[in-house]
Amino acid sequence: MGAPVQSLASKTPKRAAQMQSSVNEKRHRRHLLGNKLSRFYFLFSILALCFVLGLVVVFIGKTALLLFAHVSPAEFFLSFNWTPEEDAFGAAAFIVNTLSLTALTLLIAVPVSVGMAVLCAEIAPKWLKSFIRPVLDLLVGIPSIVYGYLGLTVLLPFLRRVSGEGLGDGLLAAALVLALMVLPTICRISDDAIIAVPRKYRDAAYALGSTRLQVIMRVVLPAAKRGIISAIILGMTRAVGETMAVVMVIGNTPQLAKTLFTPSSVLTSNIVMQISNVEFDSSWNYALHMMAFLLLLISFVLIFVIRVLGRKRGDA
Amino acid sequence: MTGFTRTRYTARAQRRNKIATIGFYTLGALVMLLIFWLLFTILSKGLPALRPDFLIKQPEEIDPGGGIGPVLFNSFYILFISLLISIPIGVGAGIYMAEYAPDNRFTGALRICVESLSSVPSIVFGMLGLAIFAEYFNIGLTILGGGVSLALLNLPMLARVTEEAVRAVPGDIREAGYALGMTKFHVIRKVVLPVAMSAIVTGICLVAGRAFGESAVIILTAGLSTSGEMWDFNLFSPGETLAVHLWYVQSEAIVEDARQIADKSAAVLVFVVLLINFIFRFPLWLGNRRKGR
Repeated sequence: MGAPVQSLASKTPKRAAQMQSSVNEKRHRRHLLGNKLSRFYFLFSILALCFVLGLVVVFIGKTALLLFAHVSPAEFFLSFNWTPEEDAFGAAAFIVNTLSLTALTLLIAVPVSVGMAVLCAEIAPKWLKSFIRPVLDLLVGIPSIVYGYLGLTVLLPFLRRVSGEGLGDGLLAAALVLALMVLPTICRISDDAIIAVPRKYRDAAYALGSTRLQVIMRVVLPAAKRGIISAIILGMTRAVGETMAVVMVIGNTPQLAKTLFTPSSVLTSNIVMQISNVEFDSSWNYALHMMAFLLLLISFVLIFVIRVLGRKRGDA
Repeated sequence: MTGFTRTRYTARAQRRNKIATIGFYTLGALVMLLIFWLLFTILSKGLPALRPDFLIKQPEEIDPGGGIGPVLFNSFYILFISLLISIPIGVGAGIYMAEYAPDNRFTGALRICVESLSSVPSIVFGMLGLAIFAEYFNIGLTILGGGVSLALLNLPMLARVTEEAVRAVPGDIREAGYALGMTKFHVIRKVVLPVAMSAIVTGICLVAGRAFGESAVIILTAGLSTSGEMWDFNLFSPGETLAVHLWYVQSEAIVEDARQIADKSAAVLVFVVLLINFIFRFPLWLGNRRKGR
């Protein structure tokens, strides 16, 4: 745009100045328009995200609710009999297995991850911290299918040797794999929570003659409690929704996991094993969608708990 | 008697403190060892046996010696499609949350939406993709379906990393821009985004790494087979990816060298993910160092 203005400028200076100002005017208007449009674009993007959430809930929920026209909710939630070929859609075993798998995972993962977080935030010298954190990020990057594959090829043979069981599939194997997967999540967020504890709390405790262990156990961890619980719940959402790693080591048999080595199945693994083979308009498919809807509900409840925890921390 | 006498109580506390410190370090060392052992196991089982032709050959159903050519291509192709869709929207949403969102109830609702969306299990996105593409549009399991479903999975994470990156930009350079009479969008484009770019690119790499290895979504939306051609850019052909292929050879394949193929596929998968995480960030890291930051 500069070139014609330049050539005009040499002929009639006054007119050139006018042109220049109109060019500026145009540029100004263009900027204002861009400013307005971009605002709409950014708003549109965030609304698109909400739309996707709505899409998920509506599509899954709509199909899921069709189930209760054929199967009573009592049967779905309370019966342990899952034999879709004979129209028995009792999902209680999957629900209980999902809950016990998550509990077992946390039982293994929480002490280790919180311990790592304490090491990272309170004890380790700086060079060690800047080594541990990227390595934990590395762990996040490994695809879940690779965890499952490692579980299948490394962990299961190991468990068979140690326990003397024939297969080794089951809750324990799945929980060990999941524990490794949620470790970085819990560790990094707890780490942040511990670092956020004000320095003066520690100084006060040290001034009273506490040892470092006492400071950690009686001052730092209680002060960072909410953050650590949020971290654990975030780990839970990951453990509940994880599919491919679990499906490879849990045995995929629709029954209640009575022991640590009973081949069983959880909500996610059952969905992925069966959904490709069923008709879309069948009670079987509706039942699988209802299981997915349950997963959604569990995740939303967990997110809600995190928000409540976060809000209270803000007030205090 | 002064207050600094060593009593039995303080001696015990100090002893416990020492034991705990050793315990924490041992825990850390064990976890680090475990992680490196895992990486070593994956890479050492697959990489030494890896030949270049494995990366471009067709997978075989019956004869040994199959490759992973089309599935590797599909992995990148689907990743590319998903990023093409999700980056503009995800980054836009992140910028809105960081720069525009007023502090009110509406914004609170938006934030709940983003958090809920990021907690949705990936298998549910797979089912959504299946319902939309295979049932509603009736086009079956396709690369397009896989790419779009994967994009939906990426969205909340992209929005979050962008928001964090943009929020980390100091307010005073923004105000300098306003003082020069720049519009809000101009400030975002010329001042905020260039400063936040390295953090955004890092975030995009994390998301891309995750998307590259994602399997639960792809298995339901892009299927367990390929069109059997290398360099198949058709959006409507079935698009098995490398991660899904790893699952397939491990669970259903009858090839006799399935185990070797799985080992090599896993190694390639992890190698590419690490590559995405490091190579793309390397120039930025170098640039930051040169600037002395």
